[in-house]
Amino acid sequence: MAAFDTNTEAQASSRMRRMVERLSGPRERRLVTLLIWPAVLLIFCFLLPLLLLGQVSTAPRDGNGLWSPGFTFAPYVNALADIDTLLYSAGLALVVATVGLIVAFPLTYLISRMGRRSQVAWLIFVLVTLSLSDVLVAFAWEVMLSKRVGLSNLLVMLGLLDQPISLVPSNGAVVSCLLYLVIPFSVVTLYPGLSRLDRCLIEAARTMGASPMRSFLTVVLPLSKGPMLTTFSLATVLTMGAYVAPMALGHPQNWTMAILINRTALSAQDLPQAAAMSIVLLAVTLVLVIGTRILGKPRRFPS
Amino acid sequence: MRLIAPAGRFAFLALLGLFMAAPLVVVTGASFNDTARMSFPPTNPGLTWYGAFFADAGWMSSFYTSIVIALAAAVLATSIALPVAYAVWKYRSRAALVLDGIGRLSFMLPSIVLSIVFLLFWSWLGHTGRIENTIVSHAVVFVAMPLAMITLGLGTIETALIEAARTMGASEAGVFRTMILPMLRPYIVSGLVFVFIMSLNEYIIAYMVAGFEVETLPIKVFNNLRMGFQPTMCVGAVLFMLVGLVGFGLIALIGDLPKLLGGQSE
Repeated sequence: MAAFDTNTEAQASSRMRRMVERLSGPRERRLVTLLIWPAVLLIFCFLLPLLLLGQVSTAPRDGNGLWSPGFTFAPYVNALADIDTLLYSAGLALVVATVGLIVAFPLTYLISRMGRRSQVAWLIFVLVTLSLSDVLVAFAWEVMLSKRVGLSNLLVMLGLLDQPISLVPSNGAVVSCLLYLVIPFSVVTLYPGLSRLDRCLIEAARTMGASPMRSFLTVVLPLSKGPMLTTFSLATVLTMGAYVAPMALGHPQNWTMAILINRTALSAQDLPQAAAMSIVLLAVTLVLVIGTRILGKPRRFPS
Repeated sequence: MRLIAPAGRFAFLALLGLFMAAPLVVVTGASFNDTARMSFPPTNPGLTWYGAFFADAGWMSSFYTSIVIALAAAVLATSIALPVAYAVWKYRSRAALVLDGIGRLSFMLPSIVLSIVFLLFWSWLGHTGRIENTIVSHAVVFVAMPLAMITLGLGTIETALIEAARTMGASEAGVFRTMILPMLRPYIVSGLVFVFIMSLNEYIIAYMVAGFEVETLPIKVFNNLRMGFQPTMCVGAVLFMLVGLVGFGLIALIGDLPKLLGGQSE
């Protein structure tokens, strides 16, 4: 028994020695110097705050607008009261991500097959619209849909309307603005996959007599399932967080979960409630993303 | 059939181009008005509101704040991304892979959730209403972009070349400085520009972490939006479009833009 103990002790100490050696080897020392700064920032300023979100979501509210130690499920129970808004947000995200994909896919395909100069020009244009603040985009849409200078004036000129009308606030304005944000985003996400598509396959289909449209539908589309699923998921995430567009262009009935969360945190100063609502929103987003994956999974046919 | 296809393609591109350009054109047009009323096409086009924008201390201070935050966030994000991407590429380190994963997580989180996360974090630290909050929050949220770009750049480096240099007696630091860094330069610069432009335009996180004290340009525009139309807002929007245009144009000049976006280069 005693012999056995010394044996394991010796093993343990040699394992320890090996570990110390490993940690102080040149490779490890370099890794530690390399990674200490990124690790501190990413773990302390990003991972820790994410964990904090979970903790605060079950903490009792504090009178000073913070939270106190303790555990309660009340914020989650209260969050269920917003189920209508949650469903509206999810529906909006699905509609916008779907329409965005339907528009962005052919656009990206055409861009990826252009000559170099026009391709770069289109990419710059897409990136400029993509990077433009949602605040500025919402503002631009408000001007575009306004009574004074907006689209309705154009319709009057064309004789389709008797007099200019204001098209904001409305559900259509919210959807248009979100689509405007999602389309360039989807183009950039689809671009790598579509650009690397094996051109030989398309050429083969064309040589065999398929029309461009037919080769697009039967070769390009099925080959791009992966990028399409990723794009759809990321566009859903983007729209689920939408705050500015529904706030600036929508009626109160078009308010999304993001607006409610913002108001709970800043106006009502109820941080635990805002945290619980954020986690519920995150959970619904995850369900949508995972659902997309499952629905998009290739079905296996018996051979 | 042969004629319809190109015509259809052109019509589709033109229509979408119009849809995407329309808000930009309307806002740019409205910024050249000479009255405070909103009108398009502009009446008596002139630079009145550009003068007003640059003379207004409030607008200028927001603009300046935005630029400082965006510059600092871009540098900070790159200082995180470069070592992580390098450690993954060079050492296949598992710790670096984990950090890489954390860095890319933000794309999977809706922005409102991120804004609450950082609001909680800075309140918990008792460090509220400071410009550093916005800088650090933007840096860790946007770090995914330089991470992706630098990883892409490292993937293009031929390992045989590095091996050769090492065999000839070059130190690791020497190889990094004289070979890897120059080859990575376009990717690093693109990462910097992407974070800079994204941070410049970001609203909800900046607003939630320090929006009352640190007023960036998007925050100021949004605050003004509630009070009604002001032509100076159009000037701010035009400036930001220009910054985006110049930034991405610069990337296209110094690097291979299709390749940087993950596409196939010619």
